[in-house]
Amino acid sequence: MSQQHDIYYVPSKSQWPIVAAVVMFITVFGAAHWLNAEPGESGFGKTVITIGAIGILGMFFGWFRSVIKESLAGNYNHQVDTSFRMGMMWFIFSEVMFFGAFFGALFYIRNFSVPWLGGEGHGVLTHQYLYGAYSAAWGAAGGNGPLQVGGAFSVVQPWGLPLLNTLILLTSSVTVTIAHHALRAGHRGKILLFLGLTVLLGATFLYCQAHEYMEAYKELNLTLHSGVYGSTFFMLTGFHGLHVTLGTIMLAVIWCRVLKGHFNKEHHFGFEAVAWYWHFVDVVWLGLFLFVYIL
Amino acid sequence: MAHEATHDQHDHHHAPQGFFQRWVMSTNHKDIGTLYLIFSLTMFFIGGSFAMVIRAELFKPGLDLVQPYFFNEMTTMHALVMIFGAIMPAFVGLGNWMIPLMIGAPDMALPRMNNLSFWILPFAFALMLSTLFLPGGGPAGGWTMYPPLSLQSGSLAYVVFSIHLMGISSIMGAINIIATILNMRAPGMDLLKMPVFVWSWLITAFLLIAVMPVLAGAVTMLLTDKYFGTSFFNPGGGGDPVLYQHVFWFFGHPEVYIMILPAFGIISEIVPTFARKPIFGYRAMVYAIACIAFLSFIVWAHHMFAVGLPLGADIFFMYATMLIAVPTGVKVFNWVATMWGGSMTFETPMLFAIAFIILFTIGGFSGLMLALVPADFQYHDTYFVVAHFHYVLVTGAAFAIMAATYYWLPKWTGHMYNEFWGKVHFWCSVVFVNVLFFPQHFLGLAGMPRRIPDYNVAFANFNMISSIGGFLFGASQLIFLGVVVHCAFFARKKAADRVWEGAKGLEWTVPSPAPHHTFEVPPVVRDEELAHGHVND
Ligand code: HEM
Ligand SMILES: [Cu+2]
Repeated sequence: MSQQHDIYYVPSKSQWPIVAAVVMFITVFGAAHWLNAEPGESGFGKTVITIGAIGILGMFFGWFRSVIKESLAGNYNHQVDTSFRMGMMWFIFSEVMFFGAFFGALFYIRNFSVPWLGGEGHGVLTHQYLYGAYSAAWGAAGGNGPLQVGGAFSVVQPWGLPLLNTLILLTSSVTVTIAHHALRAGHRGKILLFLGLTVLLGATFLYCQAHEYMEAYKELNLTLHSGVYGSTFFMLTGFHGLHVTLGTIMLAVIWCRVLKGHFNKEHHFGFEAVAWYWHFVDVVWLGLFLFVYIL
Repeated sequence: MAHEATHDQHDHHHAPQGFFQRWVMSTNHKDIGTLYLIFSLTMFFIGGSFAMVIRAELFKPGLDLVQPYFFNEMTTMHALVMIFGAIMPAFVGLGNWMIPLMIGAPDMALPRMNNLSFWILPFAFALMLSTLFLPGGGPAGGWTMYPPLSLQSGSLAYVVFSIHLMGISSIMGAINIIATILNMRAPGMDLLKMPVFVWSWLITAFLLIAVMPVLAGAVTMLLTDKYFGTSFFNPGGGGDPVLYQHVFWFFGHPEVYIMILPAFGIISEIVPTFARKPIFGYRAMVYAIACIAFLSFIVWAHHMFAVGLPLGADIFFMYATMLIAVPTGVKVFNWVATMWGGSMTFETPMLFAIAFIILFTIGGFSGLMLALVPADFQYHDTYFVVAHFHYVLVTGAAFAIMAATYYWLPKWTGHMYNEFWGKVHFWCSVVFVNVLFFPQHFLGLAGMPRRIPDYNVAFANFNMISSIGGFLFGASQLIFLGVVVHCAFFARKKAADRVWEGAKGLEWTVPSPAPHHTFEVPPVVRDEELAHGHVND
């Protein structure tokens, strides 16, 4: 792998890393300030977050633009390409672990903490002293714990919108793969069509999810406050939705880049990185559909 | 595909650059490594000053100096600053400097991301340290941030976000290191010919990518529990505070190995150099690191024996934990076997390395004692645990970092450090660190709890001894600062390219100080030059 080059490439200096550090700092500083503000206090948190967020967008735009320019100028050799690929793969692995933390929490709660609170096995004393009336159950019957945090609620049925969303994401995985094959075969029109379809499917998914959230809040009384059921439901699906949003934006950017002719048969790391990301988001969804909605 | 010369034109052979350009917009692994090391040293002194406050308060029984809440802020911040600000960035800095030199690469694989990884850190720590000046005070629930206590802290959001930032920085740093090692090796530098330090970083980077996101998840749940009404850690809502401990320690135990594996790598470089013998059992050393890394994922609950785990879990985690002693033992024996029959000299790096081997082993033994479930019921949350992890982290990780600094400083600066003062620093450190931490074993066995500002008069003597050791150890580190600053700016004695007579490896084939750009063209690797060139024969 490392043997096929006779000179190394080292990129030139860039202002973007320090800009990135500054805008990230501004954003989280604003967020922390906002969260910490006293109830009545107005505070400047929100303004600062907005400035930071705009800064982050600008930073991404600027940084990627300079990278794309260098890439089009043919600066990046095969070795650089491999480094990028490795970077993306390990980044996705870190994302897998991030979701792993929340899936792990879900499994622990369902298999241990809720049954124990119901008096099973290890938790018998907590049950006896604190929550004698609670019988362990998941979903609407007891997923918000002994104190019924958030009040009675009902759950989202898996075989309606969630099933549709599953089909949408699975289809989008197929369309992005077709686009990839088209790219390797050099059919521009076909790429644009199928990549465009993928973007649309992603957007539809997000629309359906927003709809589902609205229904959950308005009609089912299933909210972020609905005990640990609500916590796991919204945190898992919410973080996933965030990733779909990002993925959709990235796909849209790639679509524009295809339109501009940035990729050729051999040189299309940007496309592949986004496609990998999209598959990852898809797989996470399958886990969600199974463990959050069905089981 | 373009393999031809695609060297960047703006950057090279353009010697004079502005200060801002050079240090803030850098894409140079040496400059970024230097930044990391300076940052780490700064944090070492900030965290150290917190420790001085702790030891001053504990000098004698009674609440003499500080308020209890402030004391708790100090224990919390001391740990967070030392772990995330001093030890980890020091290893990343060393990796930045040395990995490309050791594998014959011109730089890190992703130099701009490298710069971002560094520059996030000062901001993250500014955010965290700023909480000390907020009206509500800083975090005071311990570096482990267990709920429900940590949820009471007004500054939780600041700490959580600064941990997010550090996590992003570590993950990017780790991705960079993996890509560098896997993709940028000079032709002929096979994986099993790499220096052990490079191997240790490869595996550490994997651990970082695997567990930093889990920490991010854990603290995110804290954040939403406090500010957004979720119930992850609230039994009333079906959650469980112990869940936090599981998620945290799934990160936390690999994290302690993140802080020791690169140290193993450093010691494995230094010992062969000064014993003038190749390392004993190179492959075993590599496999042992991999084995430790694997085991580190299945032992986390040894931090939680006292919360009341199911019996089966207690037993599983006890035995799994004790298993780690096996590969760790392999390493210790191999270092000793490397020295055995060697023609040894005792320059400062070697002194620190030998102290590491002995004192880290003591920490390993106290770890084994803690791994015994019935014994840990007694030892948990006492000063015995404090003694354990300071032996592995101070005389382990920190000593290895100091050893590495003395070992490579001449390569970085081009000048020899002052050997006499280096030795003074070593002897002061090694004596006082034991005065500081050894009595804490007895305090713990006698039942003195950790993280309290006041204690029973029965513990007075040993606490006073420990505090005296602490002040003197702290003061000794000023010698370190002096030696480093002197070497960087004032030293006269030029260092040879191969600074140490017995040193092998590519990093010694470049001039001292290492020029701004090295290995712009892949070097021809000859096996005789490498420390492990012939392992496959
Ligand atoms: C043979 C190897 C080791 C074993 C068997 C071991 C075992 C343990 C056990 C059982 C505990 C929990 C004690 C308690 O809270 O009751 C513990 C705590 C700790 N260990 Fe180790 N350990 C080993 C090596 C290390 C190493 C190499 C490091 C770091 C470089 C380390 C760092 C720590 C830290 C920081 C804590 C305390 C965490 C806290 O509660 O704040 N240990 N160790
Ligand atoms: Cu541990």
